[in-house]
Amino acid sequence: MNYMILIYSDPSKEPTYGTPEFDKMMGGYFALNEKLKADGVMRGGEALQRVETATSLRTRNGKVETMDGPFAETREHLGGYYLIDVPDLDAALRYAALVPAADYGTIEVRPLMNYNPEGH
Amino acid sequence: MAQAAPAAIAATRAVEAVMRDHRGRLLAALIAQLRDFQLAEDCLQEAAISALSHWGRAGLPDLPQNWLLRVAYRKAIDRLRGATRETRNTESLARLAREEAAETEDVAIPDERLRLIFTCCHPALEPKSQVALTLRSVCGLTTPEIARAFLDTDVAMGQRISRAKAKIAQAGIPYAVPGPDDWNSRLSAVLATVYLIFTTGYAVGPAEPRDLAAEAIFLARLILSLRPAEPEVEGILALMRLTHARRAARIDAGGATVPPAVQDRSQWDHDAIAEGRALLQTAFARRRPGPFQIKAAIADCQMAEAGPDWPQIAALYDVLLQFEPTAVVALNRAVALSESGQPQRALDLVEALEADLSDYQPYHAAKAALLARLGRQAEARRAYDRAIAGAANPQDAAFLRRSRAALPV
Repeated sequence: MNYMILIYSDPSKEPTYGTPEFDKMMGGYFALNEKLKADGVMRGGEALQRVETATSLRTRNGKVETMDGPFAETREHLGGYYLIDVPDLDAALRYAALVPAADYGTIEVRPLMNYNPEGH
Repeated sequence: MAQAAPAAIAATRAVEAVMRDHRGRLLAALIAQLRDFQLAEDCLQEAAISALSHWGRAGLPDLPQNWLLRVAYRKAIDRLRGATRETRNTESLARLAREEAAETEDVAIPDERLRLIFTCCHPALEPKSQVALTLRSVCGLTTPEIARAFLDTDVAMGQRISRAKAKIAQAGIPYAVPGPDDWNSRLSAVLATVYLIFTTGYAVGPAEPRDLAAEAIFLARLILSLRPAEPEVEGILALMRLTHARRAARIDAGGATVPPAVQDRSQWDHDAIAEGRALLQTAFARRRPGPFQIKAAIADCQMAEAGPDWPQIAALYDVLLQFEPTAVVALNRAVALSESGQPQRALDLVEALEADLSDYQPYHAAKAALLARLGRQAEARRAYDRAIAGAANPQDAAFLRRSRAALPV
């Protein structure tokens, strides 16, 4: 099954560049990337730029409304994701627990919509 | 030929008996093959309906459970073959075809209930849904029976159970006993669910036709039989047996709760106590302590022959705090210290918990008793008032009113 690992965190709780905590976090992501590749489960993954760079949009009554930042006043923002292919939720949760942001943020694990159930 | 009416009645009774005693095991075996909760339930239900007419006509089969399982398999194969190409589950079909070819006629049905329990108690499901799904699938309670235990409507409980089954399928929750890496944390989740079933049943009382406290004890016994020598499973079973043993004595003739220390011991179930103590000894001998073993030991100390052994209880709460560093455990530890003759120290500890526990009714009950012990009557009265206002049931309220009335003026 394909799972999206969505990484949410509060930017103020993230380690700052140049500190040992920051190096540990980067080391954690590097190790996770290597493990996902070595285990043959990695289907993709990217980090996003900071939430200040985000632009939100919606159409109402045919009119496009564009605005700065995300709509909701949430403290934790989507910062990146992995897409993995593993047998079940338990396997997905084991990889999710290795995401360094799990220490200070929240990791959400969601199965992808399956449009072709025959093959599973 | 037998008379039609008695045969039909006999068949109905037989189907009811098999479904009552073996539904969980049959369902667990079916899910193992189908990997689909809803399909397994539907096909087992259809097989039970077929049994009513077949058994009524042809008499009872030699092995009714195997008959039901085989018919349920066939129903599933029919359904899967009938499904449109897009939704057809080829893997399940292949598995079922193999199963049918093997003709499981007189083979013992494999006991897959441990897998079923771990799936129902997966932490990806809400705790209340874990409880409901376990009671429905493993214990075979009906949805209305579960709804009554939670004071919910049948519709709401039915939707909750459906949502849980849908999440198992859609989120890919595995139908598996966890491996060594996840074992401890997943077993804790299962035991938390079992204990929630127990406490729900204990609060409701034995008036309900299906006694949830007894179902929780059944579950713990089942887990222990499928995975022996787990000290925490022995611990939770000991705890429930010891607690349950006091059931008849916990409310007096006037309808007030009676604390264990002053209960009428002749009303205790001494067989249950003996079993609880034996289980606890076995568990402790394994030298892998855990929170349920410690809670069982606390229950045991409360029932000591010469009255509760409070210093030992306080020491056990110290150990429990290491496993569960919560304000509630700290409160219980303070109460034990007070009973051991340190009421002032206990009150200091309790007052430090105010911020965490000001909305927790037992906090005010404990504080009231401490203030009363220290002779601070006016403050004790105020604390009793808050505890009475928040009491979970009339029995506790009656006990607290009596304690308040006993304060010297």
